[in-house]
Amino acid sequence: MAVGTETASAENLASELPQRQHRTLWGDVWLRFRRHNLANVGVVVLVLLVIGVLAGPLIYTVDPEYSFIVDDIDSINQPPSVNYPLGTDDLGRDTLARNLFGGRISLAVGVVAMFVSITFGTMVGVLSGFFRRLDNPLMRFTDLMLALPSLPLLLVIIMLFRDALKKLLGPELGIFLLVVLVIGILGWMPTARVVRGSVLSIKEKEFVEAAVSVGTREPVILWQHILPNVLSPIIVSATLGVAAAILTESALSFLGLGFPSNVPTWGRLLFENKDFITQNPWLVIWPGMFISLTILSINFIGDGLRDALDPRQRR
Amino acid sequence: MGQYLVRRILTIIPTLIAISFVIFAVLDLAPGDPTSALPETIRPEIRQQIRKAMGLDEPFPVKYGLWMRQFFVNEPLSLIENAFDIQIGDGEKRLRVTSWGSRGVPVMDMILERVPQTLWVVGLAYLVAIVIAVPIGVISAIRQYSIFDQVGTFISLIGYSIPTFFTGLLMILLFSVKLKWFPMIYDTNLQVVDWRSFVEQLRQSAMPVAVLGFFQAAILARFTRSSMLDNIPMDYVRTATAKGFRERYVVIRHILRNSLIPVVTLIALGIPAIFSGAIITEQIFRVNGLGALLIGAIQLNDIPLVQTVTFIFACLIVVFNLIADVIYGILDPRIRYS
Repeated sequence: MAVGTETASAENLASELPQRQHRTLWGDVWLRFRRHNLANVGVVVLVLLVIGVLAGPLIYTVDPEYSFIVDDIDSINQPPSVNYPLGTDDLGRDTLARNLFGGRISLAVGVVAMFVSITFGTMVGVLSGFFRRLDNPLMRFTDLMLALPSLPLLLVIIMLFRDALKKLLGPELGIFLLVVLVIGILGWMPTARVVRGSVLSIKEKEFVEAAVSVGTREPVILWQHILPNVLSPIIVSATLGVAAAILTESALSFLGLGFPSNVPTWGRLLFENKDFITQNPWLVIWPGMFISLTILSINFIGDGLRDALDPRQRR
Repeated sequence: MGQYLVRRILTIIPTLIAISFVIFAVLDLAPGDPTSALPETIRPEIRQQIRKAMGLDEPFPVKYGLWMRQFFVNEPLSLIENAFDIQIGDGEKRLRVTSWGSRGVPVMDMILERVPQTLWVVGLAYLVAIVIAVPIGVISAIRQYSIFDQVGTFISLIGYSIPTFFTGLLMILLFSVKLKWFPMIYDTNLQVVDWRSFVEQLRQSAMPVAVLGFFQAAILARFTRSSMLDNIPMDYVRTATAKGFRERYVVIRHILRNSLIPVVTLIALGIPAIFSGAIITEQIFRVNGLGALLIGAIQLNDIPLVQTVTFIFACLIVVFNLIADVIYGILDPRIRYS
């Protein structure tokens, strides 16, 4: 409201006032999220990456497994050029195609594993927060799971069950399900604790008491009154859960225990190419950069969401 | 406190038993045959004898019980014997947990051989991280929203978002390949005897320590900052300032002392995590430590070794959880364990 007469500004104010009263909860969250600069940068980067790996292989139709040595003997370990936008690897395969394809799997693992861990974590958290009798056993169970060394155990489980699942479901789907399930099952504990804490505090609020006093049944209270109010910690831990799952999958693949070599996830690409770091550093830089950018942008978004969803910051 | 401590130590026992059960069950119920790695030329009946000698045909509870006895009775006894050079009972006949990969070498001996390398790298990295992170976190919080704070927060967010296996490779690329400052591979056989070899040891440790340390420092700095920010608006801080103490005095004697309580707890809690983080770092720089032992054992299907190393990691978590709780109780007099 830089220039303008008194009346005009008053009119403006008048027309703005009713709008302000109609702000919705999620509209408010969105407004606060927009104010978080780094989170917005994160959204842009992440959207670009997701579009890139989803649409990329449709536009850039080079087979990630095709070796260009067949056409040109000099096409191994090429730096980025016009023919090969991100260069080629030691077998003459196109790095851009491999990274795009690998990104699909890395992101898919992140999202699906997050759903597994969030579903399980929310269930345990809500049950132990809401039903007093379940609280102690479920939380002891959570403590026990937290005391398990997750990375060594992940490695061990994948090593042991890899071959069996490969036989059962085929190499790609079998490993995908195994990795996703194991990451999810070893990663739900923080969510469960956070959700339990929120449920415990919301259970004591007056509106729940009011609902109880008018005779609302327990399942309705749980679904209608408690669950919507613990949504914000769940959303935040879901966001950070995607990053954690992508990181874990990359770490597994980097240790050579993730996907088989014909499934080039970003971590797998790092693992395969780390021995060529002196000949062709690009091979390592690209997948590493994609992983880092993804995780960084997700963490930025998570930070922004945490602030935006905090009702204490409502203005 | 004493009573609390006893009770906490007593709850450790069922936790450890439960964890050992989980680890044992996962490894035992897994499909796959440990004799499958043996040559095909071995006749089936001999293969059967090998299985019997390994105790693979026993029912699950018997195997678990025997393993427990080996792990919780035989191994500690042997450790004590070796440490004090004494003989307890019939030491020669006592069955120890032996490796399948290295022809019956006791697993504990293999682990003890690797511990110094891991401890050196992990310990140094953690020290570096603490020394860097705590002051940065403190200054960031005191000068909130200053340029220092914004740059520090940004870098720490980057630090814990970039995976260690990428920072490690980048450092190798920059400092080993391009600048040739540090060796690419960690040489475990290096003996520190004189000044020159000591410098060499420092040079080869620099990158692994920096990679692990940077990651930990990022987490710690963020945590220190938010812990400081929790305390700055407190009434006692305003009181101290109102009494006319200089800012430095208020920060160091009042805010810092209170803010560091959760930080110290986090440091204790983070020690087991940094050990598992070292698995990756050791793999990048080929440090021949515990993590490398575990990865090697997994690749060789050496189940006793995998079980033991995993269980040791679990013990670390349980023990440091206890230590963190106790430290918290000692540092914060408001916490009363009843």
